[in-house]
Amino acid sequence: MSVDASTVRRIAHLARIAVSDDEVPHLQGELNAMLAFVEQLSEVNVEGVEPMTSVTPMEMKKRADGVNDGNIADDIVANAPATEDHFFLVPKVVE
Amino acid sequence: MTDLTSLTLAEARDGLAQKSFTSLELTEAHIKAVEQARALNAYVLETPDQARTMARAADEKIAKGEGGPLGGIPLGVKDLFATRGVRTTACSKILDDFKPTYESTVTSQLWRDGAVMLGKLNNDEFAMGSSNETSCFGPVINPWRREGSDTKLVPGGSSGGSASAVAAGLCLGATGTDTGGSIRQPAAFAGIVGMKPTYGRCSRWGIVAFASSLDQAGPFARTVRDTAILMRSMAGHDPKDTTSVDRAVPDYEAAVGKSIKGLKIGIPKEYRLDGMPQEIEKLWAQGADWLKAAGAELVEVSLPHTKYALPAYYIVAPAEASSNLARYDGVRYGARVEGNNIIEMYENTRAAGFGPEVRRRIMIGTYVLSAGYYDAYYLRAQKVRTLIKKDFEDCFAQGVHAILTPATPSAAFGIGEKAGADPVEMYLNDIFTVTVNMAGLPGIAVPAGKDAQGLPLGLQLIGRPFDEETLFSIGEVVEQAAGHFTPDKWW
Repeated sequence: MSVDASTVRRIAHLARIAVSDDEVPHLQGELNAMLAFVEQLSEVNVEGVEPMTSVTPMEMKKRADGVNDGNIADDIVANAPATEDHFFLVPKVVE
Repeated sequence: MTDLTSLTLAEARDGLAQKSFTSLELTEAHIKAVEQARALNAYVLETPDQARTMARAADEKIAKGEGGPLGGIPLGVKDLFATRGVRTTACSKILDDFKPTYESTVTSQLWRDGAVMLGKLNNDEFAMGSSNETSCFGPVINPWRREGSDTKLVPGGSSGGSASAVAAGLCLGATGTDTGGSIRQPAAFAGIVGMKPTYGRCSRWGIVAFASSLDQAGPFARTVRDTAILMRSMAGHDPKDTTSVDRAVPDYEAAVGKSIKGLKIGIPKEYRLDGMPQEIEKLWAQGADWLKAAGAELVEVSLPHTKYALPAYYIVAPAEASSNLARYDGVRYGARVEGNNIIEMYENTRAAGFGPEVRRRIMIGTYVLSAGYYDAYYLRAQKVRTLIKKDFEDCFAQGVHAILTPATPSAAFGIGEKAGADPVEMYLNDIFTVTVNMAGLPGIAVPAGKDAQGLPLGLQLIGRPFDEETLFSIGEVVEQAAGHFTPDKWW
């Protein structure tokens, strides 16, 4: 499988990465090189094979559903580019 | 007095205990070495004041007999580990001036045990790379050079700053992370020891995530013993990482020097690649002879799905990365580039913040997870991963204790030498290491010889899950036979 220019633009938009028109051919070439490389996986017989979902055979640990952290609003917004009164500021999303 | 930066970590520990020198003296010697080695670009942030404060505190504790296993030992930290109040960037522009308000579990355990932080070490952006050339702070230079040449060589990646710093005596040990070979490949390129532990052995909490089912933290040091000492402090269960394993941490150092008599070591025939350089073949055979001489039994084994590990990795890792890196949106931390609306703000922020390699991997990951392609790519790759893991399980079920392979297909290469149009050329560096991450196993790279141009080469040992101790025992046999490798100082 390989990707065309419009697919490259669609993936970039899905990934939320702005791509200019003159970057598309280069990206297309690189993505197609990677896709050609992974193509060899189609030779493998995976009939009846379970996909790996856990690297080490272990049951996921669960903890009690209780609050064990909090009251650190200053810490949480400390690195944000724009905040006001412990809120993150973003461009207007609702008209 | 001998140069304190040339001591091994174990020697420094013993010297501190015997009051031959103080942690402050040891730390000052390293601070000076770091300042003189800026040409290597190994450190992206030096923290000398913090180091002195930590060293003084360590000296007080040592005086009271409470030094701890790493009391007063100066270390470097890969810039992927969150360090409280100290800029942590993953060497990406998108994290800008991020100063975590928390400490990663692994580094907090190092400080708990008395270690001193010298600074943050360079790495490939978000740990994506095999040469440390994708860092937003520029490439790291390997302290090793080809005989009679001053061509600048890469230290490998992604933990290139860690490898370069340890090899050049800019710290007694360092942390790294390994997703496809990012500890073992740079360790081999720099002539030092690097261990990628079993998945789940070290907590991932507070480490900038790349591919969560593959990432694992581990130590770098100049000897097997030093690596084992660091490993004991880094490992352990952490309730904050649900994939960290609740299992006692052994005294890894006790495994160093243990006899390997009677151990069964597998030599996987699939690792004998077409066109593999003869010196790599020779090194591998030499390593097998050393182990045989130490009483191990060498057997040929088969890992039939080896060749599919790298392509499966280049689906699984980018897929997980595309998901993990969705958090960099210019809202909660890091840099922001404005746009006409919120989507444009995301797109502009991410276009400006991510370098080309990271952008490429996010895009391939987005594609293989997108509607209509998930089954053909991601699901198939995860099935192949099951088969890769089963290959190892079958091999261990036959009584094999560990597997010996080369660490890399070549020695260190020059800066810019593999920057061609095809990204796959660079990816092939990890051909011997990536299988280990796919199966979640422990692996260690130990320097074992030099190539014709005088550059270090490493061997890799792959172990059973949670049997790092056997790797330290066998690794030390290789080290005893091969000796130590120190680059001539030119910087």
